[in-house]
Amino acid sequence: MTTPLLQIDDLSVKFSTPDGTVSAVNGLSFDLDAGETLAIVGESGSGKTQLAFATLGLLARNGRAEGSVRFEGREILNLPDEKLNAIRAEKISMIFQDPMTSLNPFMRVGDQMAEVLQLHKGMSKRRALDESAKMLDAVRIPDAKSRLRMYPHEFSGGMRQRIMIAMSLLCKPKLLIADEPTTALDVTVQAQIMALMADIQRDFGAAIILITHDLGIVAGACERTLVMYGGRVMETGSTDEVFENPTHPYTLGLLKAVPRLDVPQRDLQIIPGDPPDLTALPPGCPFTARCPLAHEPCPKIMPKLETVTGTHLRACHADMEDVT
Amino acid sequence: MLATKTAADNLAQAAPVKGRSLWADARARFFRNRAAVSGLVVLIAVGLFAAIGPFIAPWNYEDIDWAVLGNVREAGRPSLETGHWFGTDALGRDLFARTVQGTQISLMVGIVGALIAVGVGTLYGAVAGFFGGRLDNLMMRIVDVLMSIPYMFVLILLLVVFGRSMLMLFIGIGLVSWLDMARIARGQTLTLRGKEFVEAAQATGVRPFTIIMRHIVPNLLGVVIVYSTLLVPSMIIYESFISFLGLGVQEPLTSWGALINDGAAEMNNGLLWILGFPLFFFVITLFAFFFVGDGLRDALDPKDR
Amino acid sequence: MLSYILKRLLIAIPVMLILIVGTFILMYTAPGSPFASERGVPPAVLANLERQYGLDQPFIVQIGSYIWNLVTQFDFGPSFIYRDQDVNDLIAQGFPVTLTYGFWSFVVAVLVGGTLGIVAAVRHNTWLDYLAVGISVGAQVLPNFVLAPILVLVFTLWLGWLPGGGWQGGQLEYIILPVIALSTSFMASIARIARASMLEVLTSNYIRTARAKGLPMRRVVMRHALKPALLPVISYLGPAFVGMITGSVVIDVYFSTGGIGQFFVASALNRDYGVMMGITVLLGALTIFFNLVVDLLYAWIDPKIRY
Repeated sequence: MTTPLLQIDDLSVKFSTPDGTVSAVNGLSFDLDAGETLAIVGESGSGKTQLAFATLGLLARNGRAEGSVRFEGREILNLPDEKLNAIRAEKISMIFQDPMTSLNPFMRVGDQMAEVLQLHKGMSKRRALDESAKMLDAVRIPDAKSRLRMYPHEFSGGMRQRIMIAMSLLCKPKLLIADEPTTALDVTVQAQIMALMADIQRDFGAAIILITHDLGIVAGACERTLVMYGGRVMETGSTDEVFENPTHPYTLGLLKAVPRLDVPQRDLQIIPGDPPDLTALPPGCPFTARCPLAHEPCPKIMPKLETVTGTHLRACHADMEDVT
Repeated sequence: MLATKTAADNLAQAAPVKGRSLWADARARFFRNRAAVSGLVVLIAVGLFAAIGPFIAPWNYEDIDWAVLGNVREAGRPSLETGHWFGTDALGRDLFARTVQGTQISLMVGIVGALIAVGVGTLYGAVAGFFGGRLDNLMMRIVDVLMSIPYMFVLILLLVVFGRSMLMLFIGIGLVSWLDMARIARGQTLTLRGKEFVEAAQATGVRPFTIIMRHIVPNLLGVVIVYSTLLVPSMIIYESFISFLGLGVQEPLTSWGALINDGAAEMNNGLLWILGFPLFFFVITLFAFFFVGDGLRDALDPKDR
Repeated sequence: MLSYILKRLLIAIPVMLILIVGTFILMYTAPGSPFASERGVPPAVLANLERQYGLDQPFIVQIGSYIWNLVTQFDFGPSFIYRDQDVNDLIAQGFPVTLTYGFWSFVVAVLVGGTLGIVAAVRHNTWLDYLAVGISVGAQVLPNFVLAPILVLVFTLWLGWLPGGGWQGGQLEYIILPVIALSTSFMASIARIARASMLEVLTSNYIRTARAKGLPMRRVVMRHALKPALLPVISYLGPAFVGMITGSVVIDVYFSTGGIGQFFVASALNRDYGVMMGITVLLGALTIFFNLVVDLLYAWIDPKIRY
C-alpha cells in the first residue's frame, strides 16, 4: 500500500476575532491519492476555503491551524514560510476564487507568471517568459506571446482565471487546489473553465481538489466527493455514491436545491435556515438546527463518520431509511 | 414526526439574532475603545477648565501684577500663595487666567471653524455627488484647483487686508478647510445615490434639494461626525500657527498659538512655565481629539462590520 | 504621455490665473494706500508715489501689466516698503535658503516616514510596529511651531549641541534643527499612511496569490506590495508639499534662517502687499507645478490610469 499524496488528519482551523473564536474547520480528516480528483462541497461558510488555506499556510494573521496535514508522507502543517515556499506552486498550487482580484493589478501578467519559474526552476527571465507563453497557449489564450506584456485589467474575468490556471500549472504540481474557480464567472465561461480543468487533469496527471458550492459542476468533474458543513465532514464517497444514494440529510438538501432539466415538474427546494454561527457551534452536529430529521442526541453528540458501503461514509444519527 | 418536533424546538431555542441599532452598536464599540474613552474624558476636563476657569481664577487675564513685574523669574513662578497657580507671563499677567482664555479661543476657533468647513463641504459634496455628470465634474475640478493653492498664504493675506478680527479668523479658517470634506461627502453620496430609498424618492417626484437634505445628508452623518472630530484639531493647529506668527488674535486676547509663541520667546530666560502650561493643554487636547476621532471612525466605519 | 503632460499644463494655466487675479483683487480692494502707514506724508508726495508705482492706473491696466511683467520677465513687482528692493531681490535672497532646508525636510519625511510605515506594517504587532505607531501618533500633536521651541530647548539650551537659529550659508549644523522641526509631522503622517495602506495591501487577494507561489516574504513585499502600498503616499505628497511650504514660514521666523517666509511675515506685519502677493504667487506656481509632477508619478505607477 502506497502513502496517499495528501493526508489530512483531525485538522482544525480557528480564528480569534473581536466577537469570539470562529471555528472554521473542526477535526476534519481525509486522504487523497496521486492523480485523484476530489470535490469538497458545501455552502459558503462551511470552512472549505480555510481548509485549503491551512494546507498551504496561507491563513490570515488571526488564524491558527491544528492537527496534521501530510504531503507525500511529510508533515507540512504550520511549517515556517521558508520551508513551505519550496512546496508552494512547485508541488501544490492553488487557484483562487476571485480571478478579478487574485492577480496583481500593478504587474504585467508575464512578469507574474515568469517569476514562478525563475524562483522554483531557476530559469532565466527570457526562458521563463517563453514557458509562460506556452502555458497560456495550453489554457487556450490566443496570441499568448503579446498578452504577456499586458496588465490584468486588460483581460476579462474568464481570461484572468485561465491565466491563474496557467500560472498554477507552470511547475507541473502534484496537487492543484481549485477554490471555487468558476464562481465569479458567467455560466458559459464556467463550462469552458471546467472543461479546461478536465483536460489539465488528463494532460498533467495532477491530483485536483475542487472546492465548490455548486453541485452541478461536481458530477462530471470529480471521482470523489466530500460534503462539508460547519467545518466537519457530513458525508463522503465516490461521486456516484453520494449523488445517487445520498445518506445524509444535508447532502440530500443540497441535491434537491440543484435545478435540473432532466426531471420534469419538480419544485426547487431550499434548505431552511442560515449557515451556522461559527463562533458558537453546538458540541453535536452543526446541522441540527436546520435538519428535518434532528432528534435527541443530535445537538449534544457529534455522530461518528461511519461506513455505509465500501468507501461511502456518513456522519449522521438519523436512520438511513428516513433520509429520502 | 417526533424528529420534526424536536427540530422545531431546537430552532426555537437557538439564540435570537441580536438586533441592535446602528448607533447603539457604534456607541458600544466606542466605549470599548479605551484610548477613545480617555480622550473623551480629557476633552470634557479641558472643556470644564475653559468654562469655569474664569470664575475660579483669582486674577484677570489682562491685568498686570505690578508686584511681579521686573522680577518674574522669582516672583512670577507658579505658586499657590501668590494666586498665580501657573505663574505669570513675562509681563506679569496671570498665566492661569491667560491659559483659560487661550483655551477658550482655541477651542472656539477649532469648533466653529470645523463646523463651517463641515457644513460647506458636506453640502457642496452632496450636491456634486447627487447631480453627477458635468456639474459634478466642474465642481470637483474647482475643488482640485483650490486644493493646489497654498491657502495659508491667502488666508494671511485676507487677514492683513481685511483686518485681524476673530470673525475673519473663523470664516477664513473654515472656508479654506472644506475641500477634503467635499471630496469625502461626494464619494459617499455617489454610493448613496444608487440606493433604493433614494431612487424611490426620485421616482415619487421629490425635489432634488429635498432629497439631498432629507435622504442624503442624514446618511452622511457618520462620516461627517468622524471627519469633524478630526478636523477640530487641524483647525486648532491652523489658528495656533497664525497666532504663533503674531498674525492671529490680538493682545490682550490670546490663544494657544500666541501663548506658545510667548513661552518660546522666554525660554532662553529660564521662564519655562510660560511655555510649559499652554503647551501641555495644547498637546493633551490634540491627543484627545485624535483619539476620540479614531474611536468614532472605528465605531462608525461600516467597512468593519 | 506627452499629451497627458500638455493637458495637465493647460489646466495649470487657468489655476495660476485664478490665483493671481484673486490675490490681486484682494490687494486692490485693500482699504487705504499702501503708503498710508507712513504718517505725515504730504498728499502730493503720496500721489507722486502712487503714480510712480502705477497705482493711479485703472484696475485692468494694473493687473494686465502685473501679469505681463510676470510672464515675460518673471518680474514679481515692487515692494511698497523696501524702496530699494523689489520682490525679485527678496526672492533671490530667501528662496535658495527655503529650498535648501525644504528639500532636505521633504527627503527626510518621505524616506524615513515611508520606510517606517512599511516596516511597521510588515512586522505588524511587533515592537517595531508599536514604535512606529507611537512616533506617528506623538508627532501628530507636535506641529512645527511646537516642535521648534522644544528642539531648541533640548538641543540648544540644555545640551548645547546645535545652534538655535541662523543660517551661516547653510552649514550642516544650522540645517539640522530646521529640518527636524519641519519634517517630523509630515514624516509621521507619511508613516501612518504607508503603514495603513501596506497593511491593507498585505491582506489583499493578489498578495495571497504571490505567497501561494512560494515567494519569500521579502520578495512579496518588494515586488508585489510596494507599488500599490505607495500610491496613497504619493497622493499625500501634494498636500505635504503645501504643508511644508506653509511650515517654512514658522521655520524662517523661529530659526531666523532668512528664507522667504521671514519676508512674508514681515510684509504681512508691514502691510507690504507687493511682497505678500509676489510670494503667494511664487509659492502657488511652485505648488501647482509640484502637483503636476505628483500626478505624473501616480500615472506612471498605476497601470490602470490611461493618459
